[in-house]
Amino acid sequence: MTKLILALLIAFPAVAADTLSITGAGATFPAPLYSKWFSDYNKAHPEVQINYQAIGSGGGIKQITEKTVDFGASDAPMTEDEMKKAAGIQHIPTVMGAVVVVYNAPGVKNLKLTPETLALIFLGKITKWNDPALAKNNQGLPDTVISVAHRSDGSGTTSVFTDYLAKVSPEWKSGPGAGKSVSWPAGLGGKGNDGVTGIVKQTEGSIGYVELAYANENKLEMAELKNKDGHFVKPSLESVSEAAAKVEVPEDYRVSITDSSGSGAYPIAAFTYLLVYRDQADAAKGAALLKFISWAEHEGQKSAASLDYSPLPHALTKKVDATLRKMTVQGKPVLAAGK
Amino acid sequence: MGEVAARHAEPSGGRSSRTNLPDRAWAVSLTVFGAAVLVVAGVIVGALWFVAAPAVKTLGLWNFVGSRQWDVTRDLYGALPFIYGTLVTSAVALIIALPVSVGLAVFLTEMAPARLRVVVSFPISLLAGIPSVVYGLWGLFVLVPLLRKPIEPWLARTHFPLFSGAPIGLGYLAAGVILAIMILPTITTISIEVLRTVPGSLREAALALGATRWEAIRIAVLPYSRAGIVGATILGLGRALGETMAVTMVIGNSPTISASLFAPGYSLPAVIANEFAEASGSLQTGALAALGLILFAVTLLLNVIARLLVRVSQKGPARVAA
Repeated sequence: MTKLILALLIAFPAVAADTLSITGAGATFPAPLYSKWFSDYNKAHPEVQINYQAIGSGGGIKQITEKTVDFGASDAPMTEDEMKKAAGIQHIPTVMGAVVVVYNAPGVKNLKLTPETLALIFLGKITKWNDPALAKNNQGLPDTVISVAHRSDGSGTTSVFTDYLAKVSPEWKSGPGAGKSVSWPAGLGGKGNDGVTGIVKQTEGSIGYVELAYANENKLEMAELKNKDGHFVKPSLESVSEAAAKVEVPEDYRVSITDSSGSGAYPIAAFTYLLVYRDQADAAKGAALLKFISWAEHEGQKSAASLDYSPLPHALTKKVDATLRKMTVQGKPVLAAGK
Repeated sequence: MGEVAARHAEPSGGRSSRTNLPDRAWAVSLTVFGAAVLVVAGVIVGALWFVAAPAVKTLGLWNFVGSRQWDVTRDLYGALPFIYGTLVTSAVALIIALPVSVGLAVFLTEMAPARLRVVVSFPISLLAGIPSVVYGLWGLFVLVPLLRKPIEPWLARTHFPLFSGAPIGLGYLAAGVILAIMILPTITTISIEVLRTVPGSLREAALALGATRWEAIRIAVLPYSRAGIVGATILGLGRALGETMAVTMVIGNSPTISASLFAPGYSLPAVIANEFAEASGSLQTGALAALGLILFAVTLLLNVIARLLVRVSQKGPARVAA
């Protein structure tokens, strides 16, 4: 026992002196992957310890704007207003996520939805499962009332989902619109992915939306969606990655990739971002942070799929590499041209 | 302890500064502690007001309080659905919990053998210790399905306007029932304490005049403890008004106003918990802070009304537990 205490006494100051502690805060959606990354990275580079608080995208943006953390994380890109308050901020996409439509209708397998029918259901205009509009692409639909479930808390998931609906349905755009929380014309609100899942699992005839990873984990029935090219696409890691393949990504990476073209592209996908300042003020931390991000874009991508996140397409990784090389610590670039 | 100190100080007449010093120190520290409570409450209100004021100014106070629309994408904020939901669910909770609690308290103090009282009151106080998120989970997975299948369709057959519409399970009724279970231990345990203070002579007098047991309870015990029971109810109501987690899990979270208890609604604490973390823009944050102030005001107002009610209806001695 004494030996143990002695060992701890010796070990602790040593650790504290040599470890570089980087803190970040933000989105809850990528949090499971990020914590795996941080622990993997720490194993390879014991001198770097990264702490992450999954407080939500809004909180992440707020904290990186106030510079109380070294990096932020957000599912939705920052708005123009938010960008103005955080001059010199750079979005770095890490992985991609998808929002899937889950349902609980007796006897219905492989439900196929078109953008129009999806919007009409969530607008409360299609109220029965055996509606003729749904019957066009599906068979054996029951004569059950549809009950809609949506997120009640402000969330990036809702933002991506409503962004898609606003793109494909003029009525949705002029009605509820797109945002982290909107005024839903129909249905019940559940708090968090688990709240929506709870409603969908229990209510016969219900339909809702959750993150792909969450739906996989809970083995929920997922609908196939008709994409821009007219194909019905099942949500999967590959079909989500494909959604980013043909999108023209701008320098600041703030782009919506919902309803993108590509024959196998799943239409409700989005990037999740790290938010870092282009010029890092702290020499040691800044360099370590940039190196970590570069690691995440390459090594990190390999562990994404096992946790149900879609890795970035290769072309995009190259673009991110270029961006990272341009980033500086106290005015000097850190990452060499090689990597 | 204050009494002891006072008694101790009295004989010396308060002139000797040696005996007075501890007294004064005691009085000063008590004042400071007492004032600290007020200061904390004041700071909370002040901080909320600081965040809420610009939004309330932009939206207009009456427009904010009276509007039914809550549309974040269009920056339209109205508090009415949340105020309504909070009041309705708390009312449902009280209507269910009050008779049960008081009945339980009367039974345990007046009728049950002493041993049973211990056996029954222990699990009741245990109920008070269950975290509200557990109540919420239980509500979502046990109560809501029960409401959806046998209970709501059965209530609908009464054709009472309160019980109309589709039996979805989630809604005002589910939230009200959960709240009733949550405030039951508060009202029951305090009522038991209050009923135990009723002097035995009152009961005996009533019985001696030929009253039955029920009549003795009705004319002697209950009037004597009325004020205390109202106090217990206020404490229960306070919990019901402010309950967040359990309510948001079962109320359906839809900012609408419906006459039917089957319909989904929303409450003040629930919307704050749901939207504050991801609130974007000062207007939404401000509106949510303003909802916090309204919750504060509603709680205060109901407390004042309840206390006035006690004062007006008071015939027996005052004994407010709160």
